[in-house]
Amino acid sequence: MRDARGDIRHLPGLRLWLSGGWLLLLVLAAIFAPMLSPHDPLEQDLFAARLPPFWEQDADPAYLLGTDSLGRDLLSRMLYGARLALTVALVAGTLTCLVGATLGLIAGYYRGWADLVISRLVDIWMAFPPVLFAILLIAVLGTGLTSIIIAIVVIDWTRFSRVVRAEAMSQGAMDYVASAQVAGRSRFGIALAEILPNVLPTIVALLTLEMGIAVIVEAILSFVNLSISTDEPTWGGMIAEGRTSIYQAWWVLVFPLFALFLTVLSFSQLGEGLKEYFDPVLR
Amino acid sequence: MSYLSIQDLTVRLRNGLPLLRKVSLDVKSGEVRALVGESGAGKSMIGKAVLGILPRAARLTGGTILLDGEDLLALPPKARRQRIGAKAALIPQDPLTALNPSRRIGPQITDRLVDILGWKRPEAEARAFELLEEVHIQSPRRVMKSYPHELSGGMRQRVLIASAFAAEPKLIIADEPTTALDVTVQKQILKLIREMQERHQTALLFVTHDLGVVSKISQSLTVLYAGKVIEDTGVRAFFDAPQHAYSKALLAATPKYTDPDGSLMPVPDNIIAAVEREVAAFDAQMNE
Repeated sequence: MRDARGDIRHLPGLRLWLSGGWLLLLVLAAIFAPMLSPHDPLEQDLFAARLPPFWEQDADPAYLLGTDSLGRDLLSRMLYGARLALTVALVAGTLTCLVGATLGLIAGYYRGWADLVISRLVDIWMAFPPVLFAILLIAVLGTGLTSIIIAIVVIDWTRFSRVVRAEAMSQGAMDYVASAQVAGRSRFGIALAEILPNVLPTIVALLTLEMGIAVIVEAILSFVNLSISTDEPTWGGMIAEGRTSIYQAWWVLVFPLFALFLTVLSFSQLGEGLKEYFDPVLR
Repeated sequence: MSYLSIQDLTVRLRNGLPLLRKVSLDVKSGEVRALVGESGAGKSMIGKAVLGILPRAARLTGGTILLDGEDLLALPPKARRQRIGAKAALIPQDPLTALNPSRRIGPQITDRLVDILGWKRPEAEARAFELLEEVHIQSPRRVMKSYPHELSGGMRQRVLIASAFAAEPKLIIADEPTTALDVTVQKQILKLIREMQERHQTALLFVTHDLGVVSKISQSLTVLYAGKVIEDTGVRAFFDAPQHAYSKALLAATPKYTDPDGSLMPVPDNIIAAVEREVAAFDAQMNE
């Protein structure tokens, strides 16, 4: 009756706390950006251009993290940038997950021609270089938040499909599926009630990973100026601007880059932590 | 009156290769029939065909399956599923994969009661509790709240037996239910299946390759070779005087622990050749 695996307390982990903490902080920052920002993120002040962060000698305490070459407050811009990054992460990540996981589940459990069509589609899709594909899509769709989200869903659904398909296939071969069938469950009922719960830990891990990837893709698109309107502060855009003045004002590049790095890392670590939490054997 | 009656059941692979060759057999109400044969003889395939869970690559190409006098294959899929779910059940081979790892035990037992028979959940849970007691599980309430990985293999098999008997089916197909268990647990599980079968007066189709088990549990048996029925007889008659040469050889090949060295003899080649010829002749006749 006792199972030693149940006794191993996976430290619910520094990992989960740190990553969750950073993301929570980010969510709060994004929600309360208008209240927290000391300045208007678009306000330029050429007399206050390239002010260094607070600990440097010439710093102005009004600009905690310094200013960029147009004198815009970095902290305020990063707070507003977090809004876009998180919106994209949540919306694009979730949509990608829904589309990809559904197709993967259909392919892996129903097999037959549905599997054939979906799998070939995945193969063809994966032959495109993703970033170029995204840039192409934005060029066609036009810039804007909706276009970014569509682009991310369109290029990344295959990541879910492949993994969920394989997982659903191996679960579908288990005896408990046959038992459920004998007990009169419909195929759809089995896919939903028997297979899905066992694939869920994988889906959750992938979902958070995907959110991190969505943040990166958005940053890349902003970096090449294909994200949303150019005034709007985005981390990718800030990195692109910072790159031009890296020798005069390193902070313009480093702060958004660091935020980006921490966010992506946190998403993937959160996924790992949650996967353990969702798995009944590891729980 | 036979509860399950299979006639001329033929199952083929998609490429036409026959897996079951016009198999006919009856299981009377309350009777235990053993299904024996070598690996790959099609023992499990018969059970799967009856329960409608043939693997993807196999197809039912002929024959009839009467369950409680009703032609299953003539029913539309949904009605067939419900009929099977209400009247028959499976005790699977491997208890480790036969329970859904992410669901608690309780609902897995009550599923069929609630979904097919339309019971209320509290009633179904009370029934599950009763059944778990019946299969000698010490603390049914705790087990119902457990996940499968928290139970041992033997306990899981007990849970599966309880679950099979939940809807009072009149036919249970046990697909080598003790093969995946420890030898010590095997005996208990066998005894339990026997006990449950007698108490509930269920017809049982018992798939096995262990003739020792056959003599303990069943009243009649069907011997299969390459998906063809070789012999269909009562247990007493079989062990006293098997009719077919292959059955004789199979019986002689059973290891005896009174004579561990002398008894390990395989079925002789000439008998295999003879039975292969018989199957080939049958095929030729079948394809005409």
